[in-house]
Amino acid sequence: MTKFFYLVVLLFLLSLFTMPVLAQSDDAGSASALMNPLAMAIAAAGCGLAQAKALRAGCEGVARNPGAVDTIRFFIILGLAFIEFLALLTFVYVAFI
Amino acid sequence: MHHEFFVSTIFNRYIANPIAGAFGLHTDHDVLPAHLVMILLISLGLISFALFLRRRLSVDNPGAVQQSLELVSDALMDFMKNLVGPNYKHFFPIIGSLFLYILIGNILGLVPGFMSPTSNINVTSGCAIIVFLYYNFHGFKTHGFWKYMAHFAGPSLAIAPLLFVIEIIGHLARPFSLSVRLFGNIFAEELIITSLNGLFPFLVSLPVMGLALFASTIQAFIFVVLTMVYIGGAVEHAHEDEHEGHSHQESVGQPA
Repeated sequence: MTKFFYLVVLLFLLSLFTMPVLAQSDDAGSASALMNPLAMAIAAAGCGLAQAKALRAGCEGVARNPGAVDTIRFFIILGLAFIEFLALLTFVYVAFI
Repeated sequence: MHHEFFVSTIFNRYIANPIAGAFGLHTDHDVLPAHLVMILLISLGLISFALFLRRRLSVDNPGAVQQSLELVSDALMDFMKNLVGPNYKHFFPIIGSLFLYILIGNILGLVPGFMSPTSNINVTSGCAIIVFLYYNFHGFKTHGFWKYMAHFAGPSLAIAPLLFVIEIIGHLARPFSLSVRLFGNIFAEELIITSLNGLFPFLVSLPVMGLALFASTIQAFIFVVLTMVYIGGAVEHAHEDEHEGHSHQESVGQPA
């Protein structure tokens, strides 16, 4: 069942990739119109996973050593900003280029 | 993204356009773009607020405004003490000004009729380039030209040509990443609020505005913290001998 689900998702993504190629003959702008939200979605997914991992490590650190909460909060905020920057780069690219 | 902001329209109609007309420039449209009007308003507001507050500062009987601002400056000083080094008070004016300017610029977009000047890449690039020039200037001033250049080349001579190029690229990426981070966050936030307002008027965008208030503060804080880290990286080693015990603070690192 899981394999079938992945197959369907994969086929859907592949169809997303192929459609602009076919449609390019009559509308050149449609490729980026479809690819840009997809790029943003992939970037947001990766950014979300990475931020979740960082936050989890931070929470574990605070749970083990509540005295270090100030230092950990500082590094968490700084690290989240760096991770977020990768998604923001994609956003700027998608929105302006 | 080309909305009309009535504050900038009014400012242009009654102040900027007449002044431009006095210098012989007659146009039908607005002379100053909206983000420049917002910058002017913020700068004038901050300067006049500082001049106004300066006369009623007192040690014995601090007012509510003074106390809340002291809270902010104490928190910033506390971070600077750890990140910049022993003579951190020398760098406090630029850090404090940047923090207040960016914070007010971020939050101003939530007021109807105003826009965030920081949602324009030119404004954030201006701040980031000033930070870049400032910390390099102080690096050169502290160490002298050749010692600061050697600081880029790393510890060993064999790997120095490679490391020098990489360090230069890394330092050039800093103003870019600073400006794009601030701009992307604030622009995305304004975009989300605008599109939510277009979908469902009024109440739906309110929780997003609360989130935006939080994110604005965090972004202003991150901007100044990165500035502190860069300044600290540029002026470190200067007092290494007297402060051997504080060497663990250098493990904060200098991310790009």
